[in-house]
Amino acid sequence: MKSMTLEDVRRVLEAEVIVGKDLLHRRVKMGCGSDLMSDVLAFIKPASLLLTGLTNQQTVRTAEMQDIVAICFVRGKKPTDETVKLAQLKNIPLLATRFRMFEACGRLYTEGLPGDYEATESG
Amino acid sequence: MNRDEKITKIQELVYEMKVQEVMRRKVITVGPTTQMSELREILRVNRISGAPVVEGDALVGIISLEDFIKWLANREDDCPIGAKMTRDVKTLYADEPLVTAVNKLEQLGYGRFPVIDRETNELVGIITAGLVIEGLLRKLEIDYSEEEIHRYRASHIFEDILADRTKLLFEYDVVGQDFERAGESASGLKTTLRRLGIDPRIVRRVAIATYEAEMNVVVYTPGGKISCEIDPEKIVVDVRDSGPGIPDVEKAMQPGYSTAPEWVRELGFGAGMGLNNIQKCADEMVLTSDVGSGTHLKVCIFTEQGRGS
Repeated sequence: MKSMTLEDVRRVLEAEVIVGKDLLHRRVKMGCGSDLMSDVLAFIKPASLLLTGLTNQQTVRTAEMQDIVAICFVRGKKPTDETVKLAQLKNIPLLATRFRMFEACGRLYTEGLPGDYEATESG
Repeated sequence: MNRDEKITKIQELVYEMKVQEVMRRKVITVGPTTQMSELREILRVNRISGAPVVEGDALVGIISLEDFIKWLANREDDCPIGAKMTRDVKTLYADEPLVTAVNKLEQLGYGRFPVIDRETNELVGIITAGLVIEGLLRKLEIDYSEEEIHRYRASHIFEDILADRTKLLFEYDVVGQDFERAGESASGLKTTLRRLGIDPRIVRRVAIATYEAEMNVVVYTPGGKISCEIDPEKIVVDVRDSGPGIPDVEKAMQPGYSTAPEWVRELGFGAGMGLNNIQKCADEMVLTSDVGSGTHLKVCIFTEQGRGS
């Protein structure tokens, strides 16, 4: 399974980069889409890209705890100022795409970004 | 700091830093009437490969080792530097960002640029590729030595302490109902454990368990305390709160069972997965609770060393 850079993610999702314009060379190995941080905390693997519609600071906290590479907000949602500040402090890139969750995940998957099941099975 | 972060940091620095921060202020200059035959000695003694040519206060040209070699190769008669120097001098302003210097060095192929003060138009320094690199390295060292020192000192702490048993204890206060600050304790603990040089996979498990426990304290109680005890074999996280307590611990442990209020669910939490997730991360977990007086959670995660013994 191939990995992607955040620049690839930005292109595929036609996303706006809110935090981490200089961090787009970082690689993501897999994707995870969820609006439930409880699930993200329980199941996501390190080196993942998190796609979510939630925009509060706890998305960044969750990313920090789980060593998530970057967060992309879906369906045109924009993070709160506090979320942006915390992401800057923790050096976690934030992207925003107008695509809904299903389409955002589908686009990335089509481009070769696996989910955690495939990514960890093959590696 | 991994390799990617280092590269990014340099990219940031060339935009942040100014020419004046890396330029050499003591500039060796020559006059236009100085003879070419004297140039070699000037360059050699000062260990430089070129010099601005100054007449009075004015910068009138620049002469380099390359010009000198060309003059030598052509076996020309001795003449003043003024006749062989480059008159169209490319300069930089002292307050320009370093990235301008990097670009000009690359695009124009010159070895050096005299640096001019934008206000006074005076020659205030000189910049070369070597000085740019030197300046960047110095800045990187200053910026990162602090975190490196933290990490280095911390990772040796167990070796440095002479005792039959050593334990470290960290305590964090958790404020109830404050969703914005929720996670600060887990964040602080995670940073500390990384600095201690503990295996990142272990750190991650401790961080996730602590974060879940901290969220529970924030959501359900007026507040509590998290303490973390570390010895070479294990990390024990102890979470106590003065909340309402859990009437049926067994039920609370069931995946998906939740009593979370709506506002918590809207924020993406309270799906009844927290305690399960803590259990998943822990090697040992003990949860005791008394209705009316509070809950006590104890999580133990073994380090590599502890697992081996």
